[in-house]
Amino acid sequence: MIIDINFIGLIIASIMASAVPLILASCGELITERSGVLNLGVEGMMIIGAISGFALMTVTGSLIIAIFGAMLAGVLISTIFAFLTQTLITNHVATGLALTIFGIGISAMIGKNFVGIPGKEFPVLFEGLKDTIPLFGPILFGHSIVFYFAFALPFITSYFLKKTKIGLIVRAVGDSPESASNQGINVKLVRYASILYGGAMSGLAGAYLSMIYTPQWIENMTGGRGWIALALVVFSTWNPIKILIGAMIFGGLTIIQFHMQAIGVRIPVQFLTALPYIVTIIVLVVISRDSRKIRLSTPSSLGKSFHKDN
Amino acid sequence: MIKIVKRDQPSRAIFFLTPVLAIFLTLVAGGLIFFILGFKPFEALKFFFIVPIADKYGFSELLLKATPLCLIAIGLSFCFKSNNWNIGAEGQLTFGAIVSGGVALLFYEQEGFYILPIVILAGAIGGMLYASIPAILKTYFNTNEILVSLMLVYVSKLILDYLVVGPWSNPEGFNFPETRQFSDSAKLPLLFEGLRIHAGIFLALAAVVISWFVFYKTYLGFQMKVSGFSLKTAKYAGYKGKKMIILVFLISGACAGLAGVGEITGPIGQLHREISPDYGFTAIIVAFLGRLHPVGIIFASLVVAITYLGAETAQIFMQIPKYTGQVFQGMILFFLLASDYLLFFKIKFIGSKK
Repeated sequence: MIIDINFIGLIIASIMASAVPLILASCGELITERSGVLNLGVEGMMIIGAISGFALMTVTGSLIIAIFGAMLAGVLISTIFAFLTQTLITNHVATGLALTIFGIGISAMIGKNFVGIPGKEFPVLFEGLKDTIPLFGPILFGHSIVFYFAFALPFITSYFLKKTKIGLIVRAVGDSPESASNQGINVKLVRYASILYGGAMSGLAGAYLSMIYTPQWIENMTGGRGWIALALVVFSTWNPIKILIGAMIFGGLTIIQFHMQAIGVRIPVQFLTALPYIVTIIVLVVISRDSRKIRLSTPSSLGKSFHKDN
Repeated sequence: MIKIVKRDQPSRAIFFLTPVLAIFLTLVAGGLIFFILGFKPFEALKFFFIVPIADKYGFSELLLKATPLCLIAIGLSFCFKSNNWNIGAEGQLTFGAIVSGGVALLFYEQEGFYILPIVILAGAIGGMLYASIPAILKTYFNTNEILVSLMLVYVSKLILDYLVVGPWSNPEGFNFPETRQFSDSAKLPLLFEGLRIHAGIFLALAAVVISWFVFYKTYLGFQMKVSGFSLKTAKYAGYKGKKMIILVFLISGACAGLAGVGEITGPIGQLHREISPDYGFTAIIVAFLGRLHPVGIIFASLVVAITYLGAETAQIFMQIPKYTGQVFQGMILFFLLASDYLLFFKIKFIGSKK
């Protein structure tokens, strides 16, 4: 049997495409968590991004407005979270849950008028180069700009945290807000910024789903990806490069499930659909078992409120 | 000039007043949203919060929706009080319903007084089994219970889907994704002729009484409270942390499982794909709004149940999208958390000096 080498390339490319929203949202949340804030509202911010992107695209016809609008929507909704947790010092877990419930409700409310409307084609780059290199052609070329951005993001994030001054400040705030504050760093400002950045990336992840990956609006279309993104941050032990690996594993599970159904493997479809969730649990168990390692890599003040008396 | 001052001690009066403030603010913000959407705010709020419960039938529906919310929230309060973030009650509800539904199907076409207790017990056990997964992984493998319990929600719904489409689907059901109807002996009795409110409400009330007793009259309740305040103190006092974590998860799993039983042996009478409109998630809000206090949770479950009914009524009469219910639920929690600020801080108005 001859296996078309380009077909393998296409499968890998489709795995990468399904990893994109996970990478975007996880890298955003990673910065938020590195500053010491646990935002469980990723699912809610993503779904808001998805509907905002799709709605703006349909109404304005401009893909650029839609993409940036979705990011802005993510920023706006995460501002609620930032205001509550930073200014009013609320519990991070409860506030994040409220954000997710609120986001799903609002998105369904806005999305009511956009159900069944076909999406637009999103332009891809380097389409012509696809057939030039066997195997690698389909992997490297013919994708949207968001796709390329997503695969660059873990490296950018890693560079940002390790090599830039602002990155060091974010880490300092997450590891020891008291000493950072004593050094004259405005802890709340840094955390506000980190939360809003996380919102922007979740918004972009949602827009990728509704505008590029499956160009249409379906209620609840994020389907738990926001929660898997949160799990990926734990999986990565707060290291952006490992997010790439994790996202590829989960992307792979999603794609394999389609192909197994296509070639008629006699496993109930529900079991295959449940696979990413079950694997997430198993991976979390394996990673967290070593409590020393987790303790060393978790931002020390994660999820803890910081308040300085004036 | 306004000055914000930290209170020496959280105010107890404000602790129970802020939920009321949160509900009020939600109504104001809700009116604003209706206005933006182009509806008359007061009329919309009337259809949302008053019309649905204005008659006997409406009131019965309110209790019907409040029952699972109250039951699950009571269970969750055991977890939340002791700093365990079980947010997968929806999954525990679903799994409880699956196990009890399976047992009910075993007794298909059989009658007998013993059937219902077995079915109810099976549901509680199913919920406990499912809740024990995040509990055991948390205690022995240090795994984050938030993510595990949440992932299990998706898994439970897929198991249910598999069963009602596949092996458990009604052989005479024309391939509809549903099981056979349970026999009458496997159904909770209705309380009034013509109304849907059923005996499951007594399960919720029993949970309220028992939880009150445990929280305020037993050593376990005290241990939970201490662990909630400070895990270090609990350790220092020599409490068996692991045992308690597993216990509170089992209790909340049992409650969620019972809520699942109440739904399928009450208003539904069989298993199908959608047995719960996210009661398990909404109950998290109920638990917080009720301040993790049994009596508070009763009131909170009634308030939040209205958002379910209101969303339906508003959709029928004013074509307001039904998801407004969820928006209201999210807002209540936002405002509640925000008004907690008043617990710890005082706002002082100081006359400006010339």
